Amino acid sequence: MKLTEKETAMLAGELGEAMRWAIRHQIQVGRMLDAEDTVAVSQAHMMADPESLGEAGVSFLEHLAGQGGHVAISMITDPRGVDLDHYRPLGQSEEMAELERRTIAACERMGILMTNTCINYQTVMSPVKGDHVAFGDTGVVIYTNSVCGARSNFEGGPSALAAGLTGRTPRYGLHRDEKRRATRRFVIAEQPRELTDWGVLGAVIGRKSGSYWEVPVIEGLDCIPTSDEIKHFGAAMASYGSTPLFHLAGITPEAPTLSDVGGDRLRRVIITREDLRSMRSGFGEKGDRIDVVVFAAPQLSIVEMRRLAELSAGKAFRVPVIVCTSPQVYPDALRMNFVQTIENAGGKVLQGTCFYNQYAREIGEANGWTRLLSNSSKIVNILGGYGYKPALASMEACVFSAVAGEIVA
Amino acid sequence: MKLLKCHRGVGSRAVGEALVADDNFSARYDLDRLRGVFSRAQHRLFGQSYVDRVLVLNTAKGGVASAWMLYEMKASGLAPAAILFNRANPILAQGAALADMALCDRFEDGDVTRLIQTGQTLEVDPEAGRVLILD
Repeated sequence: MKLTEKETAMLAGELGEAMRWAIRHQIQVGRMLDAEDTVAVSQAHMMADPESLGEAGVSFLEHLAGQGGHVAISMITDPRGVDLDHYRPLGQSEEMAELERRTIAACERMGILMTNTCINYQTVMSPVKGDHVAFGDTGVVIYTNSVCGARSNFEGGPSALAAGLTGRTPRYGLHRDEKRRATRRFVIAEQPRELTDWGVLGAVIGRKSGSYWEVPVIEGLDCIPTSDEIKHFGAAMASYGSTPLFHLAGITPEAPTLSDVGGDRLRRVIITREDLRSMRSGFGEKGDRIDVVVFAAPQLSIVEMRRLAELSAGKAFRVPVIVCTSPQVYPDALRMNFVQTIENAGGKVLQGTCFYNQYAREIGEANGWTRLLSNSSKIVNILGGYGYKPALASMEACVFSAVAGEIVA
Repeated sequence: MKLLKCHRGVGSRAVGEALVADDNFSARYDLDRLRGVFSRAQHRLFGQSYVDRVLVLNTAKGGVASAWMLYEMKASGLAPAAILFNRANPILAQGAALADMALCDRFEDGDVTRLIQTGQTLEVDPEAGRVLILD
């Protein structure tokens, strides 16, 4: 890889040991992925929950902080794994909380802003078309690439941190024009109506695309989706397909027309009603008993919080209902009385976490939760590997099911 | 003995017994990392131990968590010896770089999940971009 003068100095250790680790890491990754050089990035966003980090990862962060590592650009964080104001009731241990406290302390020492959110594009600072960034969380990356027209690969925690330290990232994949052209073309036969429909549609397209290196372009939508709709669509697509970018012909910024992304040359694949039905069919049936209802993945926007509060008003939940939102949305939701309305019905609103990265296996075992209902296509995909039997329904059906103790629709 | 050429990978040289499936991989979605086994019921390797094996799979899927998880898995002694893919994604490349775990992809002779059989002993050399089937 071609290095700048400053990067050569980093590699020689002239800018400290933390910087040397960062540039070495970037060179290793860049070589494997055919980067010829690096590109400057304006922001980094790091996924670093203690369940993923483990003791080894937390010690690694502390080690870098101890070496004087400090970020060179704005760097923010994905959700935490422990809400330090509410962990014992979930069955999380003191040991988990302690790992979380150590993670936060190490990140703060390095100058990282603890935003603890996976909806930073709705709440913190949405990147501008053409901007290069180093974002973690697949839902954040797919939204950033597809909806904002900014440029990021999936940067896992270590690589986002390396980019935060050096202010640059290896120029491979989605930083390059040619990797942003469509490779798959899908046509919608049935219009999505509410958030879960969008998630299911994204999941089907993700599964059909099936690789990080495919870029789907989608035709046939008869409306402009809202930010929340496209958030669920993208998060599910990224979860099922490891897909980092899609184009909606006539809607998203790089695809004013199909041919702008090369979609006209591709074979049309219809997303049928049967595809959508088959995706849902593995996830619960009317009358199934449920142990817990979860709204998360991605964290809820203020608009979703309002809708959930409206649906919860005056209800009494028979099973636990857990709601994850960002620390930016939470105070608004409190001020507007949404948190109280949801909690009066028996729910619990957490801030700065997301259910699947907060030791989902352990809290499931501690509480005897197996049958989990959610409106998030992403979370039901993830939790199958964590010992749950996940089920999927719309937000409205989830609320009615929480009251009934079983799936009502 | 047979030599397979692939793209330059990351991590140090490693030796281990192959565990092969025409399926994909995510440390978060598919594994019980406390017991060292595949825990997703739908995975073709469900119930099998991945510890010290050379995993041979199609591609990486899912989220970014695997990038940290490989490091912790290696530190706890419950990790694969190496991973071979037809096509890796950036997350697995990043995770293997941090963990110093051998990871390679893009094999010249085609589908790696057909070129290698479970139980064969492999020597993986990421720097040179080659995998030796020792038996």
